[in-house]
Amino acid sequence: MTGAYIDKNYVYAVARIRGAELKLLNQSVMDQLIAAKDVAECVQILSEKGWGDENSSAAAPEEMLAKEREKMWELIDELVPEKTIFDVFRLSADYNNLKAAIKESTMEYDYPGIYISESTIDPEGIRKAIRERSYGDLPDSMKEPAQAAHEAFLHTGDGQLCDIIIDRACLEAVREAGRKSGDEFLDMYAELTVASADIKIAVRAAATGKDREFLQKALCPCDTVEINALTNAALQGEEAICSYLSTTDYVDAVEEVKKSPAAFERWGDNLVIRRMKPQLYNAFGLGPIAAYILARENEIKSVRIILLAKENGFPEDVIRERVRETYV
Amino acid sequence: MENLGLFFALLGAALSAGLAGSGSAIGVGIAGRAASGVVTQEPNMFSKVLVLQLLPGTQGIYGLLIAFITLTQIGIMGGDPNISLAKGLLYFAACLPMAIGGLISAIAQGQCSVAAIGLVAKRPDQFGKAMIFPAMVETYAILALLVSILSIFGIVNVPF
Repeated sequence: MTGAYIDKNYVYAVARIRGAELKLLNQSVMDQLIAAKDVAECVQILSEKGWGDENSSAAAPEEMLAKEREKMWELIDELVPEKTIFDVFRLSADYNNLKAAIKESTMEYDYPGIYISESTIDPEGIRKAIRERSYGDLPDSMKEPAQAAHEAFLHTGDGQLCDIIIDRACLEAVREAGRKSGDEFLDMYAELTVASADIKIAVRAAATGKDREFLQKALCPCDTVEINALTNAALQGEEAICSYLSTTDYVDAVEEVKKSPAAFERWGDNLVIRRMKPQLYNAFGLGPIAAYILARENEIKSVRIILLAKENGFPEDVIRERVRETYV
Repeated sequence: MENLGLFFALLGAALSAGLAGSGSAIGVGIAGRAASGVVTQEPNMFSKVLVLQLLPGTQGIYGLLIAFITLTQIGIMGGDPNISLAKGLLYFAACLPMAIGGLISAIAQGQCSVAAIGLVAKRPDQFGKAMIFPAMVETYAILALLVSILSIFGIVNVPF
């Protein structure tokens, strides 16, 4: 009988998300932030919108962002008790922590502030496993890349090589989590994440003249992008990538590649936001909840970009080019 | 065996109240979950979402009405409860539109209410429009009610 009481359609959760969506920053608030004269004014606007808590101050805006991320995951954990469902969103934090742990292990001092919370594995566990080289303590999908990346970093001191191995493993894990979730929307998100990452890698590799070996290491297989074709195109240059992309679902990337590097970087995130907009009108299922998580993560990313730009005194139009589209 | 007519008539009344009532319970239940979600975030929305939650409840009342009329007509609530098998089957058939129509329309209306509650949560000023969408589903419950009522009152004039 208990099955009858489990809210399979997440009706309650989606209704709460609808209420929470009202508090997302819309385009006009983003414009206000972009037009603000300094970090203090941005923090003031954000506090008025209920961001951070009483301890938040302009001196440490990064804490305010971390607090917002925590608040979001608190709400999600309350609404969806099965924590593993949203692994697809949390995995990148794990791999980020893995990178941090590998780099920290070669340093003289400890830097506990570099780890991200709200991951699927406790950052302390990753830290310990890397420090003691007990890779077996890590989850199966992480063991091999962790060892390979750590050894590569120790032998060559090449931070980029270490990052490539981990980023590739992260993409593979995300793609796998998407498939396992059994949810159409989460699967689509995983596919888009991997495909847009592959395209980004190819464009950057073409610009910096990387070789085939690099591309084969970095690109992660997915359903909508044929990585062999993409590798060949990347070796020939940007034009070849554009002509390959025009045969795929990602034809709109071509225009952005030609516009500017910043516009292209923004394209990947905007692509996901655009594809998830239909979830605004969906009343049942995990889709709207997942879309909210993404919208919130994206919003925090945009605010971080604005705050960093304000700190460094960038002009408005430069910021505008980098800020992502909003969900609401 | 002589009471078989009465049995079928009673079965019709029972299905009408039971199925339409179950449909309403499912519909009001699912809309209630969505309403709770909205009120958790915005407590001042209570009165608006309450109206939307109650919309799928009407089918249960229609079902009860049909059951009540049938019980009165067949004399079970006082009078002579002796009706032929043919008449009993006719009453049974007359109750079916409300039983089936009530069950399915209440569930559909409940789902529509959930969506409308989401609409009100996002745009509280559009409450009037949000009411209209689930209210449309009501049309078909009313049509079922109408056919059931007309049939039940028509059976009295049937010669056997």
